[in-house]
Amino acid sequence: MENILEVRNLRVWDLNSDKVLIANNSFDLRRSSCLAIVGESGSGKSITCRSIMRLNGSSLRQSGEILFKGENLTTLSEKKMRRKRGRKLCMILQNGMSAFDPSCVIGVHLKETLAEHFDCDWKKNEIEEKMKLAMESVMLKNPIEIMNKYPHQLSGGMLQRIMIALAIVLEPDIIIADEPTTALDTVSQFEVVEQFIQLRKKMGCSMIFISHDLGVVRKIADEVLVMKDGEIVERGPTEAIFLKPEHKYTKYLVSTRLALSENFKKLMRGETIVAES
Amino acid sequence: MLKVKGVKKSYKKGGLFSTERQEVLKDVSFECENGVCLGIIGESGSGKSTLGRLMLGIEKPDHGSILFNGKEVENREVRLGNISAVFQDYKSSINPFFTVEEAIMEPLIIKNKNKKENQSKIDQLLYRVGLNPSYRNKYPHELSGGEAQRVGIARAISAEPTCLLLDEAISSLDISVQTQVLNLLKELKNIYNMSFIFITHDIQAAAYICDRVIIFKDGKIEEIVEIEQLKNVQSDYAKQLLQSLITF
Repeated sequence: MENILEVRNLRVWDLNSDKVLIANNSFDLRRSSCLAIVGESGSGKSITCRSIMRLNGSSLRQSGEILFKGENLTTLSEKKMRRKRGRKLCMILQNGMSAFDPSCVIGVHLKETLAEHFDCDWKKNEIEEKMKLAMESVMLKNPIEIMNKYPHQLSGGMLQRIMIALAIVLEPDIIIADEPTTALDTVSQFEVVEQFIQLRKKMGCSMIFISHDLGVVRKIADEVLVMKDGEIVERGPTEAIFLKPEHKYTKYLVSTRLALSENFKKLMRGETIVAES
Repeated sequence: MLKVKGVKKSYKKGGLFSTERQEVLKDVSFECENGVCLGIIGESGSGKSTLGRLMLGIEKPDHGSILFNGKEVENREVRLGNISAVFQDYKSSINPFFTVEEAIMEPLIIKNKNKKENQSKIDQLLYRVGLNPSYRNKYPHELSGGEAQRVGIARAISAEPTCLLLDEAISSLDISVQTQVLNLLKELKNIYNMSFIFITHDIQAAAYICDRVIIFKDGKIEEIVEIEQLKNVQSDYAKQLLQSLITF
């Protein structure tokens, strides 16, 4: 399979303190596969993603090559990069509450985004119609009503799903999801993960999925990168990483997660029989 | 020990002059005995945090009563040194101008004015939560999430309360740190024999530490179940909750 995104020798450092945050990382994303990046907070997962989108703050500098379909993103002008964001590379953020404009209803934000990316060749009601379909496909009932609400009136899970719906309409080549399920409760977490799996099936897009929850990663990812302190310590296919972790740090991550669910599974033995009957 | 009886709570909804009210808690009753770890599980917006605030006496219920050892929890004297809390947001729960030492000192000074005794107690508390005394002079922004939450726990147990309320105290931490904090809580429970009220949306974490869980939905108790019986839940919602869990 060909690579849709290639990251070569990515290095990110802080200009003020000269601290290196990401040290010489290289990885590839294959077409229509899902790459997960796991690690504890502060390990540089989000910074890696933001440097792909070139959305890091001005105090952070990056070097290295990021090739998207053979085109180097790092040398593009800001104007051209803006055309790439959204349409080609779409980012789904962790915190739904702060990702939308709090001063206007959701619909305004959605229309603005779509009008920007599709050069206004869509009529107003066409945008509404497409958005409605996309929102229905992520299990949001009453899309019109939701579009007339402010972000604070909706729950975190709903906002997350609206972002996914927006991604469906934009049909990007790569979706970068930065901890999309961390802030959600159990039921909506499950639903959002289901939506991501559906999204991949439907559109065949590639995905970079960032999470610290190994359970979610195991469900969705094909390949895993384990990051620690800005370095990739282990990489490989999902099952191999989780069944036979080699690096000490991966072992530690897996064992702590297992400790949590082992206890639960013990209680739950025979649970499926009860649930089905 | 802690008795919640027929509690109702509603908040004003909408604009300044609106009379519409949203019911957050609808007739909630349960009991928590000494030394028991009680979990309250529910999705966001189900009213579990409101219930937590009522139990802490920060807010008053509209109807019903909350009794702590037979006395109204609204009364400050009843709460003093008996109920403590740890909240979710570790960044904002410690005064940014306070060092770790000052933060833990605050509740200690109310009970005991003797500075020397308190000083030695701080070392002991830090040791209990797995931090060494060098942390005393650090400021909150120098701590990682797990460390800040440990300081929060140290502060909460400094008054040696009989009841500790944890409102999503581990939800915003990394899974590996979550396990550490949960183990710490288990240890503390054995040392101090206190009862925990553990509010969370994470069933796995609740299953790790709790003796009994309350499954909470839309301001009502769906089910109260002993943790060993968790697989035999009756209500539809509880079943759905267990099914939608992503295990590892």
